[in-house]
Amino acid sequence: MKAFEIVSEPINPQRYADYVLRPEAGAVTLFTGHVREWTKGIRTLYLAYEAYIPMAEKKLAQIGQEIEEKWEGTRVAIAHRIGELAISDIAVVIAVSSPHRKSAYEANEYAIERIKEIVPIWKKEIWEDGEEWIGHQKKKPKEELL
Amino acid sequence: MIELHYFAGLREVTGIAQETVDLTGRTVEELWQWATAKYPDLQSGSVRIAVNEEYALPADVLNDGDVAAFIPPVSGG
Repeated sequence: MKAFEIVSEPINPQRYADYVLRPEAGAVTLFTGHVREWTKGIRTLYLAYEAYIPMAEKKLAQIGQEIEEKWEGTRVAIAHRIGELAISDIAVVIAVSSPHRKSAYEANEYAIERIKEIVPIWKKEIWEDGEEWIGHQKKKPKEELL
Repeated sequence: MIELHYFAGLREVTGIAQETVDLTGRTVEELWQWATAKYPDLQSGSVRIAVNEEYALPADVLNDGDVAAFIPPVSGG
């Protein structure tokens, strides 16, 4: 495994928790994001994720670097799965270790917020009667927009 | 030559995942104008362009061999 990766096989979250664990760490937060069946009253049959893989891995690594700069002593690993995912499958895993728990909690939430802003991954929801690429989940920096 | 990549909903608009074009020396903004002229259904206001896997600014200039990607609103997680 790599510390920051896009994968097409099912994710085993424990591998990422193990990766960030060190003797200095007193806390590990492990977040797993899952495929949800119901969104705003509409039933999803499954999701299809796509990524611009080299750039997505680079941006995940950037998020890890941002975290290690903002919260001293943290270590981060992030994986996102692409392809077709069924309800309850793990789409994303974020593992953060830190000397004390507060940093591990805060940094983990920061990571998922940043993923939704800068990492080129796209989700298509497939319903019983149609499908749609999902976007606009977070506001983008204005100067980059065309 | 510049290599262009289209993703997700934008790929469905263009009908192709990638193409190579002669836009060396042009800016990212000019690339966007070129693309919307060729594919009128591309929507402005939410698309970002990455050059060589890094988000680019409209005034950035394209160099020979660059890889430019059209990035619709991301929705990972």
